Amino acid sequence: MKKFILDLTITHKVQLNEQNVLLKLTTIDQLPEILPGQFAEIRVDGSPTTFLRRPISINFVDYEKNELWLLIQIVGDGTRRMADMEVGQTLNAILPLGNTFTMPAEKNARIVLIGGGVGIAPLLMFGEKLHSMGYNCNFLLGARSKTDLLQLDEFERYGKVYTTTEDGSYGEKGYVTHHSLLIGSNFDYIYTCGPTPMMKAVASYAAINGVFCEVSLENMMGCGIGACLCCVTDTTEGNLCVCTEGPIFNITKLKWQI
Amino acid sequence: MKNPVMTASGTFGYGTEYSDFIDLSRIGGIIVKGTTLRERQGNPYPRMAETPSGMLNAVGLQNKGIDYFVNHIYPTLKDIDTNVMINLSGSTTEDYIKTAEIINTLDKIPGIELNISCPNVKEGGMAFGVSCLAASQVVAEVRKVYHKELMVKLSPNVTDIAEIAKGVEGAGADSISLINTLLGMAIDAKTRKPVLSTITGGLSGPAVKPIALRMVWQVAKAVKVPVIGLGGIMNATDAIEFMLAGATAIQVGTANFIDPAISVKIVDGIDNYLNKNGFSSAKDIIGALEI
Repeated sequence: MKKFILDLTITHKVQLNEQNVLLKLTTIDQLPEILPGQFAEIRVDGSPTTFLRRPISINFVDYEKNELWLLIQIVGDGTRRMADMEVGQTLNAILPLGNTFTMPAEKNARIVLIGGGVGIAPLLMFGEKLHSMGYNCNFLLGARSKTDLLQLDEFERYGKVYTTTEDGSYGEKGYVTHHSLLIGSNFDYIYTCGPTPMMKAVASYAAINGVFCEVSLENMMGCGIGACLCCVTDTTEGNLCVCTEGPIFNITKLKWQI
Repeated sequence: MKNPVMTASGTFGYGTEYSDFIDLSRIGGIIVKGTTLRERQGNPYPRMAETPSGMLNAVGLQNKGIDYFVNHIYPTLKDIDTNVMINLSGSTTEDYIKTAEIINTLDKIPGIELNISCPNVKEGGMAFGVSCLAASQVVAEVRKVYHKELMVKLSPNVTDIAEIAKGVEGAGADSISLINTLLGMAIDAKTRKPVLSTITGGLSGPAVKPIALRMVWQVAKAVKVPVIGLGGIMNATDAIEFMLAGATAIQVGTANFIDPAISVKIVDGIDNYLNKNGFSSAKDIIGALEI
């Protein structure tokens, strides 16, 4: 897919909680085709410490409004500067980058998308695609506490939503892999994005139950376009760039100890 | 070369990674990523750490080896209308010689950048580049089998870079590029662990520019062969500064990550500077530093 360097203007800013901001952005030209799971490399201007672009998952694309959503979690100075931007300001982005999720082979497949924290970001766009293509979709979303659960109302548009919180303030108490939905083997396809320990626990559950499972990795990146070879992950095919060969990988390809 | 702007090895892939963003034929030269005789997996992740105004990398020369390059990459590059040079690295002198012999047979590759300065491999690499004798010997051996442009890339991790530059010039280098990355380190205080899997790595980006500029100036005074300057060049002004210090051409490295179209912008920016200041050619500003 052809990649573009675009200036995106912020049209809406939604403060989801203290740590997370949803930016809705548009551009003068028509947005290019963007697939679920792909990401953008966002340039951070004026930061004394953040030098490189930041890879940010694409949360949602509304082609009718020519609008792209980015869910920003404030981690360091770079993401703080993005979160501090206001409506009308522009962000420079390289997109679309990376691969996409594999669509389930059967329309009646039992599907669950499992997200943790800000890792839910790419699952919304994928959920919308699955829903629009007639798949029946479940979402299992986990966070530390109720205020950290993001975009539940958005996910509810595209399927049934199940939740866990570590402190029990919403949904079932514990980690996503403790949720009653995952007792026994109820699914044919699992897609997951979130903190690495969570994805490894999900991958372990999938491997034990022999279920198809794709994970979305978030390695540190230099370039985002396969030139610097910094973001590699160890796979059955050797070290592969997460930015071009991923970020979505089938767990059978990864050399994870699970 | 159509202009003095090249892209630095390891920051520009094989060039084709950037073809969505720029017309590759507008760059003076592309130096493709470090290539070795045999395939290398490189170092384990994490291989990168961001630092103020720069980055550390410890990729460790991941590449599929020269045979793969010849069979799969060369056919995609040979028709790009620019100078595509191969950055050649090795663990032993024999590796360098064998690989250079193969590259010598590639009609559309006008030159080699001999990498004797990679800080991220256990054997070879920088071990050749930090000793004047070892550097001169490997250059002399490669010179015997390689008959086109032989550019030698120097390490800044030395006491007297001008001495090493004179050594490789005497051994037959046609040109000298500098600097490769500076050996550095990053620590995560939260985990009390090094950030890089290899503990140390190579620093690049604007943080190293003053050092690079100083070394280019020292080397340009010491040798007669052309000097190619690199190290933290982010824009045309930076490039011009290197040329004033004595660089015949420059390489753009880390800046490609922040703006994939920067190399072409630097080509245009140098032209604007020359026009505005009444210079007829880039040659007029090489070593034109007024002291």
